[in-house]
Amino acid sequence: MCTVTIAEPRIDPMLTTPMVISARRQETADTFTIDLAPPGGFTFLPGEFTMLYVYGVGEVPISISGDPAHPEVLTHTIRAAGKVTEALERMRPGDTVGVRGPYGTGWPMEAAKGKDVVLVGGGIGLAPLRPALSHIINNRIDYGLVSMAIGFRSPHEMLFVEEIREWRQHFDLDIELTVDVADETWRGSVGVVTRLIPMLEANEDAIAMVCGPGIMMTFTARALRDRDFHPDNIYVSLERNMKCGVGMCGHCQYGPLFVCTDGPVKQFSEVERLFGIREV
Amino acid sequence: MTAASILDRSDFDQLLALLVDEGYQPIGPILEGGRIVYGPIDSSSDLPAGKTDLHDGGMYRLVDRQDDALFGYNLPSDSWKQYLFPPQTLLWSAVRSGGSFSVNPPTSEAPRYALFGVRACELAAIDIQDRVFDGAYPDPHYGSIRERVFIVGVNCVQAGGTCFCASMGTGPELTDGYDIVMTEFIDEDEHRFLIRSGTTAGGDVLARLPLAPADPTDCSHADALIAEAATGMGRTLDTGGIKELLYENAEHPRWDDVASRCLLCANCTMVCPTCFCATTEDRPTLDGATAERWRTWDSCFALEHSYIHGGPIRVSVRSRYRQWLTHKLATWIDQFDTSGCVGCGRCITWCPVGIDITEEVKAIRTEEAAHAHR
Repeated sequence: MCTVTIAEPRIDPMLTTPMVISARRQETADTFTIDLAPPGGFTFLPGEFTMLYVYGVGEVPISISGDPAHPEVLTHTIRAAGKVTEALERMRPGDTVGVRGPYGTGWPMEAAKGKDVVLVGGGIGLAPLRPALSHIINNRIDYGLVSMAIGFRSPHEMLFVEEIREWRQHFDLDIELTVDVADETWRGSVGVVTRLIPMLEANEDAIAMVCGPGIMMTFTARALRDRDFHPDNIYVSLERNMKCGVGMCGHCQYGPLFVCTDGPVKQFSEVERLFGIREV
Repeated sequence: MTAASILDRSDFDQLLALLVDEGYQPIGPILEGGRIVYGPIDSSSDLPAGKTDLHDGGMYRLVDRQDDALFGYNLPSDSWKQYLFPPQTLLWSAVRSGGSFSVNPPTSEAPRYALFGVRACELAAIDIQDRVFDGAYPDPHYGSIRERVFIVGVNCVQAGGTCFCASMGTGPELTDGYDIVMTEFIDEDEHRFLIRSGTTAGGDVLARLPLAPADPTDCSHADALIAEAATGMGRTLDTGGIKELLYENAEHPRWDDVASRCLLCANCTMVCPTCFCATTEDRPTLDGATAERWRTWDSCFALEHSYIHGGPIRVSVRSRYRQWLTHKLATWIDQFDTSGCVGCGRCITWCPVGIDITEEVKAIRTEEAAHAHR
């Protein structure tokens, strides 16, 4: 303790790196995907996130939604829901944003090797799952049966329309899609995403990766438990306010966890107790 | 432990002068607005000689002592946190050029503080914040100030009305982590300090002071005074199984009770020497040519603290008080392998409605025990 405990600091984790937007796609009325051109590339693991900074406006944590096999592009899919994400929505190719990261824990791509995999995504929760599915497609031989249940509130709120169409053409992927509320254009399944879970083909020692609203993750975990999935094999991606992303601002605390460094991906067994406490 | 010596009160200013010579800015207890706070000091005449402080839940009074003790008070309202982890820190500034911008870290050099009068509980708090800011991603802003600090500790020879360091195992005696430690002796004809060094830097300073050797009775006198302080704690906190107690009582009715009293003013988190929550602020100039990014203290009592898209997570007062207390006494142990509480009692003294962390824990423990017996 005392005088010389802390080594001479070299890098400030709060310093952001400017990156230029190379492409932008509108996904839905309020959701968009931007590709950044990281100088020197950007290596990340599926499930990790970055802190995105808009000049003079602020910074937000956003999951990476791109393909980990392509470090030359850094992709985020963002819903405009606050001051910073609304500023990001107004940005166009050629504009510059600041990036810190990647931060956090990733999906258990190693632990899932040799096992069946079930992915369950709700709404914008599909974004952090996309790199996991890309990784599986890139390394298909490493995994057993792979299925994915995707739920959106309505057909208009469907993300990654082209990608989903492409995924469904893979004979070795089972991609199931549902919407909570349909309209006359919809020919698919209607109902909450948890209703798809009994239909997915997977061994009971499969690894599940779940991301969506809190209530969706609670009910998904319950449905997976009903199929005898072990709570250690169910992984969820958590969401909290974050100001630093590196475990020192205190904002992302979830019980004993700092979601930024202990998460966002956690085994359900580790957070099951906390899922049961309101406003924790 | 190095040998103890005696520094006479009349030579005290030489210690200050030596540290100024070494390039330190001395910070110590000063009188301001009817209370003792920490601030820059030039000589011992800046110290609150002959003053002491009375503490109770939501109560603080500055009163006269019968002597001219320099460190005869219990605890200032603010803590060393404001120097090591300032309320506002410039992280960096960005300069816009066309559609792009560049980022420049601050160029100012970290100050060199000599902290005068660090209490045992406060040194324990500094140790706790070291763990927070020296994690997987060490914070260079904290680290650069911290590594330049010179610590002059002062043992407590009295305990305040809201003190409970003895319960937390953090005091009242400084055991390590200081550069120099002193115990103040004052009686009718003598005003002296028993002094010893804890580091080479501290030893080098002591070597240049006019010290007299201490005799064994001085040391036993100091031990007796410190032991007396340990028995005079105004509060106690039973920490046995406290993590499990709070984990198991997340839905205890006491949280509603305390919520009916808590004003959400965040005083407790501001005066707490270990609370580290911070937010970031963007401060662009009016013409937008530059934009600064600042880190400022935040509090888990603020509604915005837990805000995510759609709204805050901790809306009720109950959930915010529960977050603070549970973090301080329970989840902190999982996070940093130490309690987040050092027993300084500031949160009790400076709570405008006198909410007492030790009473809240006691109520949960007692009611749980009563429930278990039913």
